[in-house]
Amino acid sequence: MPFSRMRIPLSVALACAGLLVSACARPSVGSDRDDPTKPVTLRFWHGWSAAGEVKAIEDSVARFEKRHPHITVKVTGNVTDETVNQALRAGGDEAPDVVSSFTTNNVGQYCSSGMWADLDPFMKKTGVDKEKVFPKTFLDYTSYAGKQCALPLLADSYGLYYNKDAFREAGIARPPRTMSELERDAVRLTRRTGDGSYERVGIMPNFRLYQNSPDRLFAQWGPTYFDRQGKARLARDPRTKEFFATQRGLIRAQGGYAALERFRTTFGEEMSSQNAFLTQKVAMHMDGEWRGLMLRDKKAPFRWGTAPMPVPDDRAETYGRGYLTGTVAGIAHSSRHQNAAWELVKFLTVDTDQVVRFANAIHNVPSTKAALKSPGLDADPAFRTFLDIARNPHSTAIPPSVNGGQYIVALQDFAYDVEAGKVPDLDEGLRALDAHIDADTLQSEN
Amino acid sequence: MVSTALAPPPGLRRKRNRERLRTLGFLSPWLAGFCVFFGYPLIATVYFSFMHYNQIQEPDFVGLRNWTYVLTQMPLLGPALGNTLWLVVVMVSLRVVFGLGIGMLVTRIRTGAGFFRTAFYLPYLAPPVAATVAFVFLLNPGTGPVDEILGAVGLPAPSWFNDPGWAKPSLVLLSLWGIGDLMVIFMAALLDVPKEQYEAAELDGAGAWGKFRYVTWPSITPVVLFAVVTGVVQTMQYYTQALVAGKLASGVSVGPGTVIQPGYPDHSTLTVPQLVYSLGFQNFNTGAACALSLVLFALAMAVTTLLMRRRAGLLPAED
Repeated sequence: MPFSRMRIPLSVALACAGLLVSACARPSVGSDRDDPTKPVTLRFWHGWSAAGEVKAIEDSVARFEKRHPHITVKVTGNVTDETVNQALRAGGDEAPDVVSSFTTNNVGQYCSSGMWADLDPFMKKTGVDKEKVFPKTFLDYTSYAGKQCALPLLADSYGLYYNKDAFREAGIARPPRTMSELERDAVRLTRRTGDGSYERVGIMPNFRLYQNSPDRLFAQWGPTYFDRQGKARLARDPRTKEFFATQRGLIRAQGGYAALERFRTTFGEEMSSQNAFLTQKVAMHMDGEWRGLMLRDKKAPFRWGTAPMPVPDDRAETYGRGYLTGTVAGIAHSSRHQNAAWELVKFLTVDTDQVVRFANAIHNVPSTKAALKSPGLDADPAFRTFLDIARNPHSTAIPPSVNGGQYIVALQDFAYDVEAGKVPDLDEGLRALDAHIDADTLQSEN
Repeated sequence: MVSTALAPPPGLRRKRNRERLRTLGFLSPWLAGFCVFFGYPLIATVYFSFMHYNQIQEPDFVGLRNWTYVLTQMPLLGPALGNTLWLVVVMVSLRVVFGLGIGMLVTRIRTGAGFFRTAFYLPYLAPPVAATVAFVFLLNPGTGPVDEILGAVGLPAPSWFNDPGWAKPSLVLLSLWGIGDLMVIFMAALLDVPKEQYEAAELDGAGAWGKFRYVTWPSITPVVLFAVVTGVVQTMQYYTQALVAGKLASGVSVGPGTVIQPGYPDHSTLTVPQLVYSLGFQNFNTGAACALSLVLFALAMAVTTLLMRRRAGLLPAED
């Protein structure tokens, strides 16, 4: 067939295909016009998977259903952020109404994309004054560009776990408070076998270990990732270089990157009884408050304690600070029962008694001002350390970004190269990192 | 007039049209499948590569921004492309050579041929994820038996999936272990070579190499071409084994709140399909993911076209 005769059908076919393609891109839209006092079934997706945690969240839902007998909640556990993200985009009748995420990294993405509904109108309707209920840091990490699309559903703070038996054996009286003390103690705690290989390291500074991501350690310097214009400013912040110098110092003092990395690859899986802190291959370890429960459950064969992570020597007054993050909860944009869904979110995140009971049950830090002061909180001193870190005014969370935690991933990749000695010029590397983060941000902005 | 003189008579035209319609009718199931499963996705991929689209909000036209981002601003493109091409060259070549070698071996064995054919084929039946998990366990530098054995006999014990220099070779080892698919097709091709040709070659004084060079190779080149082309296309889409191996070897517990970062260690196992997935379904940067998919598509087409040229030596010359 000559091309001139094919032109019209071809154009029509392409136009149809274009229309079809663009039509497929239309998202489903939920509704906030439902009556929350009418019988309804809500779908709630969460990430907890351990038996004790699942029981705790199911007990919480049972308490909610008792208070709201007309609302039935279908609970699905062990759901990852990736699944939530994909399910909310795909839509469908089985998509959740209430969603939660174990990380604050993606809040910016949830808010800016509109995937999680703005909660401010719901709070206004039901008389919840968020500033009075939640600490400012927690509100900061659950909102983006003035949009409060999530609320904190308990929090996590990071501190130092240390092996008290190893400390006594090395003649160390207390956990380190500054970075130079950390390096000194790490060297004293490192033990080698007859052939010179490691039996135990003081601390494993390599960023690939378990919860050791660079943003968590960097929190001890109180960094500012972005300037007022939203541009990355890691290269301009002297704290970034200090942070990398400290980490590399820890590596050098304990035998070098290659040796440590080789030792790290012999560690067992993080959540198993082969965890390197449990098997005493590391004497100190940065981790979240939940690890205490695991150490108790697995019956750690040594005495252990908790303390805030050390701070830079020239910022000794900020000792007690730590990295904050947490589980967040929100309402799916596609939910057709958003008012009923809000009742569940409100119960889980605002109700003091519920927050305290849930925090005690799963050993997480409560996320409301009232719950943080509650006398009903677990009195275990190892857990109290993390409550203090959460209350510390110097403690920080990472700022939300339009593309979620993509800039943290970029920082992580860069940090892997730095620790391996693959970045000969740190200044130049940091400038390239900033450019990379800015390009990613621009790419995600509409 | 000339055109009137050349026009076919109306009866013949109707017959031709009927034939065309009949052909179209027979072709229509394939055509429908082609349009739905290839044509439409391809048009959609091109369309979205010029859009900003996060799979929630309306797509917005952004011109060449996605292409600029993918080709000039994405630092992981280099390692991902490099690894993918490395795997295409090394893995495909070794698989073809090894598959052919094993195929020749099992066609010549007289005793226990059935056993060996089954033994070499069985690993191919193992699900890719399970096979990868087993390999990561076996090659674990701390607890795996392979390094223990190597150490016991005084050989250096590599860190396999934990060493950026060894991670890709470890994946190649895994793929060679599951060589059963190629072994079967090479075996069939080798058994198909007429025996008389070998006898004639022997009479002409050809040795083992001569027989392979002048009898076996010309007969099996179409099968070799098939193995290479499908191998290249499959390796361009290499995803599961690299992702599972990287995730397991990293030791990080991936659960809610953690996002799998592909490529461990040091992006040495990062492939282009993993990057496409990350862009499209972790970062929801659909436009960039589509642009990168088209780059991959163009690469696969270019390599396949190159291999399909007669001068590549894998297609028989025309009579």
